[in-house]
Amino acid sequence: MTSDGAVVQLTDAVALVGGFPALAGATLTLQSREVVGLRGPNGAGKSTLLRLCAGLVALRRGSGEVLGCDLATRGGRRAVRRSVGLLGHETSLYDDLTVAENIRFWSGAHRADDDDAGAAMDHLGLSGRLADVPVAGLSAGQRRRTAIAVVVARRPRLWLLDEPHAGLDSSGRDLLDRLMLDAAASGATVLVATHDRGRIDDVLTRCVEVEGGMVRESVDG
Amino acid sequence: MGRAGLLADAALIFKKDLRIERSSKVVTVQVLPFAVMTLILFGFGISPDARVLLGSEESRTVLAQVTPGLIFIAVLFSALLALGRSFGVESSDGTLDGLRLAGLDPAGIFLGKAAAVMVQLAMVSAVVTGGAFLLFSVDVGWSPSRAVLLVTTVGAATTGIAAAGTLYGALAAGLRVRDTLVPLLVIPVLAPVLLGAGQAADAALFGAVADGWPWVGALALFALVYVGVGILSFESLLEDA
Repeated sequence: MTSDGAVVQLTDAVALVGGFPALAGATLTLQSREVVGLRGPNGAGKSTLLRLCAGLVALRRGSGEVLGCDLATRGGRRAVRRSVGLLGHETSLYDDLTVAENIRFWSGAHRADDDDAGAAMDHLGLSGRLADVPVAGLSAGQRRRTAIAVVVARRPRLWLLDEPHAGLDSSGRDLLDRLMLDAAASGATVLVATHDRGRIDDVLTRCVEVEGGMVRESVDG
Repeated sequence: MGRAGLLADAALIFKKDLRIERSSKVVTVQVLPFAVMTLILFGFGISPDARVLLGSEESRTVLAQVTPGLIFIAVLFSALLALGRSFGVESSDGTLDGLRLAGLDPAGIFLGKAAAVMVQLAMVSAVVTGGAFLLFSVDVGWSPSRAVLLVTTVGAATTGIAAAGTLYGALAAGLRVRDTLVPLLVIPVLAPVLLGAGQAADAALFGAVADGWPWVGALALFALVYVGVGILSFESLLEDA
């Protein structure tokens, strides 16, 4: 938490991706138990904003604190990574390992409990025959479910989700929505980049618009 | 993070990389045959009838004479494939980001990946050495001291190759030109390993065993330096990848 209790506190944050200012002065505050949507056109800076909050992109100008860690320092960025769960466009899964091996490996890497890993697999419907299937043999939706299970097993304090519904079928989308609500109810904060309109609005506490690397507006969901 | 955490992280990465190899069999099905084919090509390139005089009456085939060097050239070329694979699995689908997010000790990641590459190269070295003896009809008057020197040479050389290769593999991990850049970076750096391993193996096979140990010392020093540099610098390399 930051000094005023915010989970995320960005002020005029500037971040570069390949020398280009993908974030050009973003200001955003997130409180505990919020589920906040990030909307904006392609290339607006949504993914960079999520990666900045995850400590994977350096803060070049402005100030940024996530879960009490200063994003301007390398130590702060390393520290915040252990407390966030990032689900990006890429799933961070090893093609040659099975679903169960992937989830066990990432749970071990995150020092997560074995029971939590098992429970996450059950919850995402991955415990049956899918558990022993190499990830390379999964459909896009099954792959997405596996990546979500990795995040769930970690019990992160801040969920950072980039188009998480992509590739999921209707039941998978409903399940993900419930997971986001459950996470917020248990005290976590969820920041989700999405192009969806309609059904996800019921899940969101509020929504912010990102355009040209700036957070344009904030409206209640 | 303490030493126990570092070793636990190294063990996690080591087991994961060997599990990936068990499943994909890239080393056994691609790298090993590549190493054997390299040896066979050496056999085509050097006449099996050509001989070198060792004294007034004694002679040996050129192929047998250069076998120590050929073994480690084949191992070095195979190492380039193994290293490419080791970082290829981390560059696809954001797994490198996953490792950074996990908060694993970067030194542990380095040690785990280098150890996995070392095990794979040790396997390649064993097959290449056996294959070279068979293909090139190398006649060695074996003794325990010769065997110990040869095994220690292979161990020190593969450790150095794995450590330096993992370091440079990480340096190029995030680049689109990784596959072509790693050989350019690694081959000049590993030239001293080729020299030392060739000399030590030559002493183990044909010369005085005592002449080989100083070369093994040099190989061990090379490995130690690169393991140390890797432990100290892997965090920066991982951040910039």
